[in-house]
This record gives sequence, structure tokens and C-alpha cells, in this order.
Amino acid sequence: MPESTLQAGTIDELLRPFPPSPASVIPLLQQVQTRYGYLAPENLARVAEYTHAPRSRVYGVATFYSQFRLSKPGKHVVRVCQGTACHVLGAEKILDELKEMLRIEEGETTADGEFTLEVVRCLGCCSLAPALMIDNETCGRLTRKRVGEVLASWRGKDRA
Amino acid sequence: MSRVTEVSIGLATCGIAAGAAEVHSRLVSSLAGHGLPVKVKRVGCVGMCYNEPLVDVLSEDGTHHTYGHVTVKDVARIVSEHLVAGKPVEDLLAPEDGFFSRQVRIVLENCGLIDPESLDEYRARGGYEGLKRSLFEMTPSQVIDEIKASGLRGRGGAGFLTATKWGFAARETSPEKFVVCNGDEGDPGAFMDRSVLEGDPHRVLEGMAIAAYAIGADHGYAYVRAEYPLAIERLEKAIVAAREAGLLGEHILGSSFSFDVVIKAGAGAFVCGEETALIASIEGRRGMPRRRPPYPTTAGLWGKPTVINNVETLANVPWIVRQGAAAFARYGTERSKGTKVFALAGKVNHSGLVEIPMGMTIREIVFDVGGGTRDGKAFKAVQIGGPSGGCIPASLADVPVDYESLTQTGAIMGSGGLIVLDEETCMVDVARFFLDFIQKESCGKCTFCRIGTKRMLESLTRICAGEAGTNELDRLIDLSRKVKRHSLCGLGQTAPNPVLTTSRFFPD
Ligand SMILES: Cc1cc2nc3c(=O)[nH]c(=O)nc-3n(C[C@H](O)[C@H](O)[C@H](O)COP(=O)(O)O)c2cc1C
Ligand code: FES
Repeated sequence: MPESTLQAGTIDELLRPFPPSPASVIPLLQQVQTRYGYLAPENLARVAEYTHAPRSRVYGVATFYSQFRLSKPGKHVVRVCQGTACHVLGAEKILDELKEMLRIEEGETTADGEFTLEVVRCLGCCSLAPALMIDNETCGRLTRKRVGEVLASWRGKDRA
Repeated sequence: MSRVTEVSIGLATCGIAAGAAEVHSRLVSSLAGHGLPVKVKRVGCVGMCYNEPLVDVLSEDGTHHTYGHVTVKDVARIVSEHLVAGKPVEDLLAPEDGFFSRQVRIVLENCGLIDPESLDEYRARGGYEGLKRSLFEMTPSQVIDEIKASGLRGRGGAGFLTATKWGFAARETSPEKFVVCNGDEGDPGAFMDRSVLEGDPHRVLEGMAIAAYAIGADHGYAYVRAEYPLAIERLEKAIVAAREAGLLGEHILGSSFSFDVVIKAGAGAFVCGEETALIASIEGRRGMPRRRPPYPTTAGLWGKPTVINNVETLANVPWIVRQGAAAFARYGTERSKGTKVFALAGKVNHSGLVEIPMGMTIREIVFDVGGGTRDGKAFKAVQIGGPSGGCIPASLADVPVDYESLTQTGAIMGSGGLIVLDEETCMVDVARFFLDFIQKESCGKCTFCRIGTKRMLESLTRICAGEAGTNELDRLIDLSRKVKRHSLCGLGQTAPNPVLTTSRFFPD
């Protein structure tokens, strides 16, 4: 499992490629989230320190953009599309089915820590609506059966 | 019998989502098993998403055979019957349905045909010729004149004349200027920019470099939304390849012009597609729009003159410079020249990516190119332009695709999202869908947008639930007009469009 906080050694490795200026805040937060899955408070503070930006500004950025997570997600993040094309082709039902299969609401993580369920607006895969994305992989033409298969194939898999 | 030389597989996000990655690996291992000297190529999206996964087989004599809905199981037959024995597998071929016959491919000329990770393939099809021509045969102002003569207008939604925008930035004397490519593609239901970035990334870089030369910029940013990891990866590889070939970086192609591009990944905020919010985001701040003027061409990124163009706008530029403005202006209408790429989705048979000459009607797009509605259901309307656009009912479907004609319907051209709705779609539900979207995506800076859209949504919800008072609809329309008039940025100013067009065309 990944560490939840930045270690002295790894932080340099993660931050060093970026100039220590406030313009680096977003890419740095993205790096931290890619590595750890979310933005822990101590990591937000460290990014603020490194970029010479006030903590409030870093926190403001982290909460403004929907990509950022402030709590620890499950091993795989399921992002189900509720964009226009998916909406008119029954995406709401797919969301309900996911909730039922995983027994969680959107924004929550399953008890076994495998899956976190999130909602997004369009994955750019509208021609194969309804669609979802697990970690970085998109799946389209979803039906109830397909959703079940997709979840089964990811369960137990390591994070990509 | 003609020998098969090359097999292409569509591996854009849409292909992968339909299972093309598994088909690709099975094909590679199967060919290795037969020891066949056939090249397997990964290509972007040709637009026929409805037939994904797609496998295209090219023979020595130049003929193509396209297989659709290919499964891992089908691979064995395609290899043994077609690639080995030279006999196409008739029952697996995608039917000839006229999908391409009325399309004109400028922006998409290479999409789905070349390996997007191969600079050589892009160059073999005229890639970087436009940049070369600009640098060695034209002055920056001649480049702007050429774009002006082509009539190219911004494809990001508003349709602003590209040459005029470039002219404003060129006039500025600042020693530092920027070119920004807007790949935020926030309209939910649109995927034109993703397909171009994934299928032909060098074209966008070439367009940016030509723009930079025209205005005198030496730095560029490509802002791509976070939901497009594959587009970011392909663009990144293209940048590295272009630098190695001397097409980006110092002294491009040995000239005195230097230009380089950095990718900025978006972080999930619809409003960041708006140019001033996008600038704030690149600068590392919350993506909130600011009042214009000053326009970015005067004071943009870090206060410096900045040209912001949409991906598709920039993807037109190399073609125009290479083929000439007149060739481009041959297509289209009086005031809308060239082509427009649309992402066809919803209840349509041929959901996918299409490029049509401006002036084609909505009906022709839906029926002639799109193959009509699914399951023979009655065509009801199209939603065009996403959250800023509106619904055009079947009764107005003969409206030509042209900036002014579409605006007259109360919708807009938008960036290219085109969602087909049939008799089973509830129009009020669609209007409410967009209001819900806008209300959640409003950045909260100005009151009309923040509170107004919330009140509109509540009102519409009451109407849907049958709990509305007698004048609820009038009050909703009145509020819509106020939000339109008083919001700070385009998000709020256009947010009521879906409601207004719906109430106008579907009063009941
Ligand atoms: C709320 C809002 C969202 C926008 N989203 C996008 C977008 O996703 N992509 C885009 O290219 N332009 C978007 N625009 C338009 C940009 O502000 C800008 O006009 C455009 O990028 C200019 O490029 P063009 O002249 O090549 O069209 C948006 C505008 C508004 C008001
Ligand atoms: S609307 Fe779902 S992928 Fe675009």
C-alpha cells in the first residue's frame, strides 16, 4: 500500500522537477494525488511551503477543482459518467446499479477498500454511452451485465 | 489475390472502451504465430465509433477492408482467412453505409489513418509543410492575411474570427507573448478535441507553432482536461518527437523562430474552458473568470498578450496554410467557411465523429450521415452546443449549420456536441439536466449565476413535479432573461439557453 504522507526522501523527488512558485500548485497537487490517491493535510501544507503560496490558497485550489480528493479512496476509483449523451441513454440506471452492486453511495468507498464510486460529467466517450472509467481505463456500451463483469475483472487487481 | 501489407486498429479512448486493446494483443500474438510479415498499426478514431472495435486491412494493391465490432474470437478467422489465405471474411465486414460519402475531412484528414505516435507518418501526409511554408515563404502578417482570407472562425463556441484575434496580439509590442491551446472540452457530450489530440496530435502542435510565428510568441501551453489521460500521453510524445526533429524548440528548422509547448492538465472544472478562467488555472489559481476587457490578446497569461484558440481551430490552420485560403473557403456558407466537426451521440445510429461542410442542415447530419434515429423511433430534436446551447426541434431541422443561422434558433453552434433526441426523451428533463450541471459548475463569483441558476433549477423542478403555481413558468422565463443579461462570464450568460429554447419550442 502506498504511504499516506510524504516522506522526506520522496517529497524532493516529487517536487524537484517543478519550479518552486505558486504556478506549480496544480501540477504538484496532481503529482501528489497520482502517487497517493488523495491529498492529505500534511501534504497540502508541504506543497504550500514548497511553492511559497499561502496554505489557504493551496486549500482553495484543492477544493475548487473536482479532480482533487481530500480523503483516501479505495484501491480503484470508478468514475461513472452522467454527461448528456450518457444521461439520455440511461446513465442514471447504471449509477443506481453500481450503487446497488457496491452497496455504497457516490463519493463513498466499499467496506473492503476495493472501490470508490465517483460521478463525472463526460469522459469524452459519448459515442459508446453509457460509459465509465476505472482508474485510467474507459469502458463503454454499459449494461447491467457489463457493469458486473467490469467490476469482477478489477476486483483484487493492483492499482495501475 | 493481393498480399495484405498492413492492419490498422483504432485505439483511441472509444476503441479501447469497446475492447480494442484485447483485439490488438490477440492480433499481434496470432500474427506472430503465423510468422506473417504484416505491419500492425495503432491508429486514432476514424469516427465510426458505432462499429468499434475496428480493424482495417490494407492490401498491396491499395484496397481496404474494414471489419466492425471485432471480438477477440473473430481475430482467428480474420488472420487465417484474410491475412493468410487472402480471402476477406465477408460476414465480419462493416456494412457500407455511406457514413463518409458526404463528409469533408480537413481537421480529421489523418484521424484514424495514421499512427498518432509516428511523426514520419504525419510528415508523409504533408505534416509540418504548413509550418515550413510559413517560416520560409511568408512573413507573420502574410500568415495572418492567409487565415483572414480563409474566413476561419473559432471552433470553441463563439465563432470569433481567428485572424482578427491573431491580429490584435500581433499588434502588441510586448517581448513576451503566449499561444494557448484550449483542450478543456467541457461540453458533456462532446469529444471532437479528444479525438484530434489522440488521433493526430502533431497537427495541433503545428497549428500552435504557426499561430506563434504569426503573433510573435515563443511559448505555448496546451491545456487538456484531466479526464483525457490518453490525449495527454499522446500529445506529450508528440512534443518530444517534434523537439527531437527540430520542429519545436530553438531555431525551428534552422530559422530564427523559436517556440516550445508545455502541457497543462486541467483538474476538473467546466468553467476553466472559459478563457480568463483557463488563464487563472494555468497560473495556479482557482479557475474563476474575470471581467473582459482587457482581453487576453492584450493582457492574458501573466499579464502578457495571449492568443487562446480551441483545438479544432488550431487543427485547421496547417491545412489552410498548406492548401491555401481559397481551397478552404470553397467549403461553407457566406459567413461560415470550411467544415465543422461534430460529435454525434445520443439516440442516433451512427454515433461517432463526423466532419461536414458548413451549410449542411441538421436533418442531413442526423439522417444522411448519422443514419437516422435508433430503432426507428421518431426524431424529436437535437441538443447542440451543450450547456450554453439549446434544443433544435425536428420542425426546424432544415436549418443549415452556420454560426448565424444556429444563433437565430436560440441555440448556438457551440463546440460540436450534437446529441440526438427521440420521441422517448423528455425535453424538460434535458433542460433540467443542463441547469443542474450549470448550477453545480458555477464558480460562485457572481450572484446572478450562483443564486439565479439555483432558483431556476428549483422552479423547473416544481414545474416537473406539477407543483407549480399559475405564473411559475413566466417567472422562470423572466429570471432566465435576467441571469442571461447580468452574469459575469459566458457560463451564466448562456446558462438559460437550454431552458429558453425548450420553453419556446416545447411550450407544453
Ligand atoms: C463557460 C465557458 C466554457 C467554455 N469552454 C470551452 C471549452 O471547453 N473549449 C474551448 O475551446 N472553448 C471554450 N470556451 C470558449 C473560450 O472562452 C474561448 O472563447 C475559446 O477557447 C477561444 O478559441 P476559438 O476562438 O478558437 O474558438 C468556453 C467559454 C465559456 C464561457
Ligand atoms: S456524456 Fe458520457 S462520455 Fe460523454
